[in-house]
Amino acid sequence: MTHDEVFEKVREVLEDALGVDEDEVTPEATLGGDLGAESIDYLDIVFRLEKAFGIKINQAELMADNVLSDPQYVQDGKVTDKGMEELRKQLPHADLDAFDESRQVDEFPNIFTVESMVKFVESKL
Amino acid sequence: MRWIWIDRILELERGKRCVTIKNVSAAEEVLHDHFPAEGDRPAMPVLPNPLIIEGMAQTAGIMVGHAGDFKEKVILAKITKAEFYNAARPGYSIRFTAEMDNYSKAGASTQGVCELIDPHTQEASPLAEITLMFSHIDHNMAGLAFPEHNFVFTGQLMEMLRVSGFTSDK
Repeated sequence: MTHDEVFEKVREVLEDALGVDEDEVTPEATLGGDLGAESIDYLDIVFRLEKAFGIKINQAELMADNVLSDPQYVQDGKVTDKGMEELRKQLPHADLDAFDESRQVDEFPNIFTVESMVKFVESKL
Repeated sequence: MRWIWIDRILELERGKRCVTIKNVSAAEEVLHDHFPAEGDRPAMPVLPNPLIIEGMAQTAGIMVGHAGDFKEKVILAKITKAEFYNAARPGYSIRFTAEMDNYSKAGASTQGVCELIDPHTQEASPLAEITLMFSHIDHNMAGLAFPEHNFVFTGQLMEMLRVSGFTSDK
């Protein structure tokens, strides 16, 4: 499957799960910020990606939510150096450079762009 | 307060399917206000669509709870789709059929069909299609903690299982 084919299918999944229009789902759009995804939507997206691509996804593997709930990686609402290291290891599909500047946990959902979803799916195919 | 918008469970197949029935009665207070007569327009008593969604959420919620032996706190988290094709008038029954689409540690997604049954002719016609998402809230992404006590599957829903002839472990 080519990168464009994966993108098209991911776009359809996001349109259905989030009720957004086709032209809103650009590669750089963030799921939480631009497309308005809330926490339950990520589970919906996981279920739909599994069905669309015939793959099995562990939500922790996609989102690394285990890191953010671990006190050794988060202090005072910010991800520690060790935490950043762990996130980079667990989320090779995500672009963490912008997040690295603020490291605020509540901004974390913004790292998930449409392109990061496409890369994640490609790593599973 | 009694907040049960189904009357009886007809079928319950673990992790797969749940079918329930609700009789729409003119004695239900909510129908008096929805919609009352106004000016020249006569009253049009119909069961409000949000309560039909609630009936499906209870039907599908029992199925999702049953799949996890009622240990999880199952909360309706998202109405993915709700399309209505008719109105539920008194004297008709609504048959809710919920099917499991996906189930995981974090939650579940369900597909549902509502049919309007005319008890006079026994004919069933499409009423609505309702797709829902449920969260197992003790495994929520935000890491929030909830009371240990399972406040979802309390008296009313478990009593519904019992009077319908099902037990929670069957």
